Amino acid sequence: MGSNMAENHPVGFQWVLEARERGAKVIHIDPRFTRTSAMATKWVGIRAGSDIAFLGGVVNYILQNDLWFEEYVKHYTNAPVIIGEEYLDTEDADGLFSGWDPEKSKYEPTSWSYEGMETHGSAGERETKGHQSHGGHGGGLSHGEPPSEDPDLTHPRCVFQLLKKHYQRYTPEFVSETCGVSVEDFLFVCESLTQNSGRERTSAFVYSVGWTQHTVGVQYIRTAAIIQQLLGNMGRPGGGIVALRGHASIQGSTDIPTLYDTLPGYLPMPHAEDYGGFENFVQSNIAPTGWWGKFRNYWVSLMVAYFGPHASEDNDWLFHKLPRIDEDNSAYWTLEQMLNGKVKGYILAGENPAVGNANAKAHRNGFAKLDWLVVRDLVEIESASWWYDSPEIESGELRTEEIPTEVFFLPASAHTEKDGSFTNTQRLLQWHWKATEPKDDARSDLWFYFHLGKRIKSKLAGSEEKRDELVQLLQWDYPTHSALLEPSAETILKEIGGYETQSGKALGGYKELKDDGSTACGCWIYAGVYKDGVNQAARKKPHWEQNYVAPEWAWAWPDNRRILYNRASADPAGDPWSERKKLMFWNGQKWDGIDTIDFDETKPPDYVPPDDAEGPDAIKGDHPFIMQADGRSWLFVPQGISDGPFPTHYEPHESPFDNTLYSQRANPARQQHKDAPWDPYNPIEGEPGEELFPYVMTTYRLTEHHTAGGMSRSVPYLAELQPAMFCEVSPELAAEAGLEHGGWATIYTTRSAIEARVLVTRRMKPQTVHGRVTHTVGLPYHWGQRLLTSGDSANDLMHAALDPNVHIMETKAATCGIRPGRRPRGKALIEFVESLRAQTAKTRPEPEESRKT
Amino acid sequence: MTQSYYGQPVLKEPTWTWEIPCYFFTGGLSGASSVLSMSAKLFGNEKLSRTALYIGAAADAVSPVLLISDLGRPERFHHMLRVFKVTSPMNVGSWILLVNGGASNTAAVLELLGILKPIKLLAEFVAALFGPPLATYTGVLVADTAIPVWHNARQELPWIFGASAAASAGAAASMFLDPSEAGPARRLAVAGVVAEGALMQTMELRLGEVGEVYRQGAASKFSWAAKALAGGGAALLATRGRRSRGAAALGGAMVCAGELCLRWAVYKAGFQSARDPKYTVKPQRERANREGSKASTLPA
Amino acid sequence: MSVLETSGIDAWGDEKHERMGFFTDTSVCIGCKACEVACKEWNLIPADGQEFLSRSYDNTGELGSETWRHVAFIEQEKPLRADDGSVGLRWLMESDVCKHCTHAACLDVCPTGSLFRTEYGTVVVQQDICNGCGYCVPACPFGVLEKRHMPAPEALPAFLGNKEDGRVWKCTLCYDRLKGGHEPACSHACPTKSIQFGPLDELRERADQRLAKLKHEGWNGAQLYLRDPDDGIGGAGAFFLLLDEPEVYGLPPDPVVTTADLPEMWVNMATAAAVLAVGIVGSFLFGRE
Repeated sequence: MGSNMAENHPVGFQWVLEARERGAKVIHIDPRFTRTSAMATKWVGIRAGSDIAFLGGVVNYILQNDLWFEEYVKHYTNAPVIIGEEYLDTEDADGLFSGWDPEKSKYEPTSWSYEGMETHGSAGERETKGHQSHGGHGGGLSHGEPPSEDPDLTHPRCVFQLLKKHYQRYTPEFVSETCGVSVEDFLFVCESLTQNSGRERTSAFVYSVGWTQHTVGVQYIRTAAIIQQLLGNMGRPGGGIVALRGHASIQGSTDIPTLYDTLPGYLPMPHAEDYGGFENFVQSNIAPTGWWGKFRNYWVSLMVAYFGPHASEDNDWLFHKLPRIDEDNSAYWTLEQMLNGKVKGYILAGENPAVGNANAKAHRNGFAKLDWLVVRDLVEIESASWWYDSPEIESGELRTEEIPTEVFFLPASAHTEKDGSFTNTQRLLQWHWKATEPKDDARSDLWFYFHLGKRIKSKLAGSEEKRDELVQLLQWDYPTHSALLEPSAETILKEIGGYETQSGKALGGYKELKDDGSTACGCWIYAGVYKDGVNQAARKKPHWEQNYVAPEWAWAWPDNRRILYNRASADPAGDPWSERKKLMFWNGQKWDGIDTIDFDETKPPDYVPPDDAEGPDAIKGDHPFIMQADGRSWLFVPQGISDGPFPTHYEPHESPFDNTLYSQRANPARQQHKDAPWDPYNPIEGEPGEELFPYVMTTYRLTEHHTAGGMSRSVPYLAELQPAMFCEVSPELAAEAGLEHGGWATIYTTRSAIEARVLVTRRMKPQTVHGRVTHTVGLPYHWGQRLLTSGDSANDLMHAALDPNVHIMETKAATCGIRPGRRPRGKALIEFVESLRAQTAKTRPEPEESRKT
Repeated sequence: MTQSYYGQPVLKEPTWTWEIPCYFFTGGLSGASSVLSMSAKLFGNEKLSRTALYIGAAADAVSPVLLISDLGRPERFHHMLRVFKVTSPMNVGSWILLVNGGASNTAAVLELLGILKPIKLLAEFVAALFGPPLATYTGVLVADTAIPVWHNARQELPWIFGASAAASAGAAASMFLDPSEAGPARRLAVAGVVAEGALMQTMELRLGEVGEVYRQGAASKFSWAAKALAGGGAALLATRGRRSRGAAALGGAMVCAGELCLRWAVYKAGFQSARDPKYTVKPQRERANREGSKASTLPA
Repeated sequence: MSVLETSGIDAWGDEKHERMGFFTDTSVCIGCKACEVACKEWNLIPADGQEFLSRSYDNTGELGSETWRHVAFIEQEKPLRADDGSVGLRWLMESDVCKHCTHAACLDVCPTGSLFRTEYGTVVVQQDICNGCGYCVPACPFGVLEKRHMPAPEALPAFLGNKEDGRVWKCTLCYDRLKGGHEPACSHACPTKSIQFGPLDELRERADQRLAKLKHEGWNGAQLYLRDPDDGIGGAGAFFLLLDEPEVYGLPPDPVVTTADLPEMWVNMATAAAVLAVGIVGSFLFGRE
């Protein structure tokens, strides 16, 4: 669901087929019938943007029919926990939770806390605007046990009952009407899931950006998490929720360079506020229980890796000199600053926002406001050539001679031209070696940043400015090799994996990290990747020479643990739930089994923590979810998620339909660019101009191309496989809109208009939603103006409203109009889009009241 | 309803270009001319014998040029003679052409120079021996493909090409002789035209739906042109051509043009037959349904 | 069947290897086209040119001199299995390739001996011998072979009039890789083992089992194509598991090697030649005028 695995992860998909061959049911729930659907045992065509309605329906089905895994739910989840009496559910407040602040457009989550507890977030009174909190950091629980619980799950305010209440209206009929699926198909999914879960069987969910790219993206995944908790599928072989990442190493790129507000291993970047000293900073991030309790060790080891002996206890590990994040610095926030002329320079490495980001047009216009732009890529992508070749140049909106931006295009080496690792969707680090030297001026990323750093250090060496101090203190002496002076990738891996500063000995895992400066570690979750001085990521023992966990192929973080929370594969007493699903178990002395136990190895199942226990010691022996403060998986999320403790069906930001459950139509907390002229929105039901954009629009990838196209549209063998931008429409939509198979169509929104060849196909099905037929226009998003196969970019049509937790755009469900023929060119394009906008409300009125947002 | 993959052809159309149907004509002309020349000699008609000899030698000289020109790698023409391969009509035909062409041109040169008469006679004999194979093997060549309108006509095609060759040889000789010397040539031309026409009709009838390409497109145009020119030319030869040198020349030329068109009709028909998948699929599907097909193994 | 036995691996003597081939199981093909790309990369085949064909996701079109693996896509309103229930949609995907026939018409008709049978039982064009006569092209009942019109890197000087490559190219079953002890590029790249490479008799056995399993699971239309050594081409070195009739994929339903009829064609020709000779002589029996 929310995934097209066969097309986008073809190599990984072979294992799904393997499972299918052994009798597994493969159910594909997707708005389109794709190459994945062709391989599935069942396809269910769902309206794009209605997944929470569907999944919520599954939750309701499980609860109403008593099909939940009782022992698992009672012991391993926070189902018994009682929530404070201030809490109001969406059922009570017509689509809102308690704590909604309409002024700030965000929730104040105190009322969501466990009864008798403060939420962690309130300690230190930190402003959470734009802050990415990584939930589960705390809750200030004592003993790791919530103060108020009902083990019988009957208390009206226990999580279990609140859950039931929250989803009680997500009936099969509601699902059918909202999602455009038949009741029969919906029940088929429910029955398949429940019949295939329990002691003897487990089911897995697989998702990708079909779930994340929504204004309620995080909540999509949360709903699946609730299902999997209720069915007892987490931490068990063949169970879980598998997130398929979109690039070979995007997992690695979030683990280490991470996101704008985190440091390697998801440590928080300090904010521009007065914490009241380093200790307070630590306290505000430490969780008294769980592995985040050792936050100090990870932090200090990272500082030692960065600054070596310059960082010490005396100077609080240079805490006061660290740069601080002020607020949201995410991609779209930065774009807005760019458009307002507030960003001087930008470095793009292996990314093509001119094609790949939502509202791509705004990005190209944003680039034109920069002083300088550096693009590192394999080929001259659209993000490097927009200044002389783009729709804006064609239309005259931008003129080359007037653009002040200085664009530097620096060629990058391909993965075959450098040593390094990929970290994949399974958290597996797989090493690869250079096969050939890069050509001409192409250089690897390691080379670039290392030598850039050296030059910056050298330029700032004599500086007296305070802001340059940290650069001067940065430890930057990596060994290099070859004529190009390529930094040693394995040395860097070793630093990432951690070592003892005195002896240089590689660490075995994150449990060996210390907070006294004796250990250095570039990324605590990767600690141990160089265990015993061996590059663990480079191990290549084939799977046929190992058990099915295959622990000797490469290395997974953390600690080469392959299935997270695998303590849950045993029952509270430490015995496997069944022989068939045996993975880890307590053998009397320690936890045993073919994987690395995700638990304290010697903690017995009947362990009860003493009153003053801290960190991981404060977690009971039968609570497997050790990253949470209470050691349990969270059906209800008291803090850490900004748009609600329970996922709720909201319509997408742009949708042809209203919300029939609540007056609150869409995610109230979603990020919108209010009154931003660069991000206008299509009208919703009841607004002027709604009939212009009656169709659901969804974007996606094809196997033959890769994301924004730089790597595939430049290769002749790939370009010829999918040589043109096209749209996919049903025969019914083609008839309604006058589209010809193989001909051209123009697709338009209030942002822009694009053209595409038309592929009429029965794989796009009209859906009956809330009593009327709706159509979907499918758009691959790979194309841009340049390279061997060029075409218009689907992202030119997309708006930039975002999920509030992770600032991800909603490119999977929006609205559009479509008509036959090629699009207007040059000035005529601008005029056409202007004419569309003129028919809609010009500026967005204040939310809530008039827009029923 | 015949199924197909988006209406796309199953087979590939031949790669051959204009030189090939022209070669069918010249090859047939020279093959039959060798026999005509020898027969004329045996019956004491020296003028006819010599005319047919020169015509045959000229056609034999042009033939290899045409074939070599059609090759993708003309400079490798001699690779045709690397092997002698009975499963390849093109290979066998290359040898036949080599022998017949070598013999007829040797004989022609020796005739012109008026020397080495015994060798010339031997050469003429060899040419006459290889003449009929040269005139008919091309029918096997086109039939020995997967193209339905050719393969299914494998019985008729060598006969049609043979008759066409006879007509061409007779007609060509008639163009260059006084009618008083050209009687057998004229008769051969007319008989050839009649035989060829009858055989074409028989073939089209037996081909059924597969034969409809002869009534469509370029094949149809050439087919009609062949009938008109060859028929008209034969009529002319049979009437005024018996007395008038001019009419004989015209009639002969028309027959030759008609027979050239006949070769083009067959050539074009092959392309059309390859292009529409139904010609390949339908007969096979019907046969498979009727007799069971071993190409598909169904589950037990 | 053809009396002309063309399974010439017996001619190799000591170098003879067991017969190798492909079993392409379309029931696990995900239409990724890795086979198309791997083949082109290994064999340095030029890119074909870009054309949006609007034939589902097939923009390659057909096998030819620049395409030795071609993935076909067919969208149907038919369920995959008998008991599918609601949606009744399926999308067939198939990686087509040269069949490396037991009785190979291309090999039979090749006049230069360029096409030959390797020690692995495969059919290969020797590019240093092929003179581009094109006879193999219409002889192939599957429309596999094609003459390459693209310029050849080592093309002769223009004055000799030959700017095109002019030779016929087709799948070699990666003859060079086999000689190096590797499997062909396409089967190596295929992520789902749709393309399986190995000894032909092993593949046939595996295919039989696969067919039985699919029948048991109720798959519509499952059939093996060109597996049977008694079919019109003597069975293929590269055979398939299809999910519908062959013609749906653009394959001939019941192909017969043209050479099967050749003996009678020669006899027929001999008769025609004789009659021609007699006829020519006969035209002299009515006088000179």
